[in-house]
Amino acid sequence: MYPEDYRYTKEHEWIQVDGEIGTVGITFHAQKELGDIVYVELPKVGSKVSALKTMGSVESVKAVSDLFAPVSGEVVEVNAELNAQPEKLNQDPHGAAWLVKVRLANPRELDELLTAAAYRAHVGAETA
Amino acid sequence: MESAGATATLEQTPLHAAHLALGAKMVDFGGWHMPVEYSGIIDEHLAVRTRVGLFDVSHMGEIEIRGPQALELVEYVTPNAASQLRDNQAQYSALLYPQGAFVDDILVHRVAADHYFLCVNASNQRKDHAWIAANNRFDAEVQYASEKYAQLAVQGPQAAATVRKLTATDLGSIAYYWFARGEVLGTPAILAHTGYTGEDGFELYVPPEEAERIWNAVLEAGAEFGIRPCGLGARNTLRLEAKMALYGHEIDASVTPFEAGLGRIVKFEKGDFIGRDALRQQKEQGVRRRLAGFEMRGRGIARDGYLVSIGGEPAGFVTSGSPAPFLKKNIGLCYLPADRAAVGQSISIEVRKDQLAEAEVVRTPFYSRQR
Repeated sequence: MYPEDYRYTKEHEWIQVDGEIGTVGITFHAQKELGDIVYVELPKVGSKVSALKTMGSVESVKAVSDLFAPVSGEVVEVNAELNAQPEKLNQDPHGAAWLVKVRLANPRELDELLTAAAYRAHVGAETA
Repeated sequence: MESAGATATLEQTPLHAAHLALGAKMVDFGGWHMPVEYSGIIDEHLAVRTRVGLFDVSHMGEIEIRGPQALELVEYVTPNAASQLRDNQAQYSALLYPQGAFVDDILVHRVAADHYFLCVNASNQRKDHAWIAANNRFDAEVQYASEKYAQLAVQGPQAAATVRKLTATDLGSIAYYWFARGEVLGTPAILAHTGYTGEDGFELYVPPEEAERIWNAVLEAGAEFGIRPCGLGARNTLRLEAKMALYGHEIDASVTPFEAGLGRIVKFEKGDFIGRDALRQQKEQGVRRRLAGFEMRGRGIARDGYLVSIGGEPAGFVTSGSPAPFLKKNIGLCYLPADRAAVGQSISIEVRKDQLAEAEVVRTPFYSRQR
């Protein structure tokens, strides 16, 4: 369920790093808790985000939830498809429905994030 | 997010195990552990608008009033004219404080001239019972009867076709807001042509021990129509599209029926009732604020509690706000100063801290079914 090569926040974002670029999304658990997602607000390309600070929001029919940046850096790409099809976040949260790509300012921040095993334990404890 | 550790203290309906078996997402709703969604709010909402959906509303309370002066008591504690009801007819009404504000909104069913059956909100049922009992200076008996009934709401254009398979009662002879005492699957039941979705449908009051058998039978009977079990999430979006009030949101102990746009349930000519003097005064003086429905004009979704402003001045709060799955708009309800509540009025909603989104007062209900 949760890819081993991703790192996770306690607030249910994931990041997959390739070189100096990290791809960021929300977890399967996050979309399931939110339910039908109808609106995604993402940072603009070129903007700076800070580790564990708000970078946007996701709204479902019943709730709004802040998005937190897993790491600090510059946004180099956003997934514009989600504007027209936010429901993709319910269908493929770990893949096609990634949110943003960030150029990492400080790769050592990754060490502060959860491994897949630690994240599984985190959501297991929350929902068991 | 929700912690399951606290659920041991929550109340459960007789269908609790059935919800878990269906994989429902469960939440704490006013002290009850209830399903908020099964297949998803949008899927469930559209099922009710276009086909049929099944809700467990067993958390709702029932109060029975019997005796030679049952009518006199009902007339005294409610503002609508219960004397106009005939046997097997139901009426939307309220319990009001002397100030004219809501103890609760309720459905009054006349079973017989000396027997009335009230359906009240889950979180208010103990309070409502105590309120009626405290005001009972009549030859009538007030019984808290919630544990005698489970309640299933079958709602949608195919609701009658679904329920018809499970009962010998002639559903076609039950007009809207009337009911019959009959049987469902051989079990005594009240079959009421009522609902809280803005759609056609029936609410079935059945013995708790038969609830799961009937629940499963309704799902089976509705399978050919594409029935969905529906949770409180869809119940809320459906009632909001139909602009039906929800206690704790549009109405509470600070709001009167006139402010809430429910003047139709206030019948001064019927005689004395609790709240009458205050409401008469308010009617003569006019209300200061009024419930208004709005649509968002730009991007942004209004949510319960968001601040509403007009021309930079605070004007009120959103009482209910949500995406409307059938209308595919973002809608909501809020109280506005009475002179700023007309259709076409521009308002601003604070959707984030220091971020305003534009909205406009529109005609309500947002959705009305074709009859």
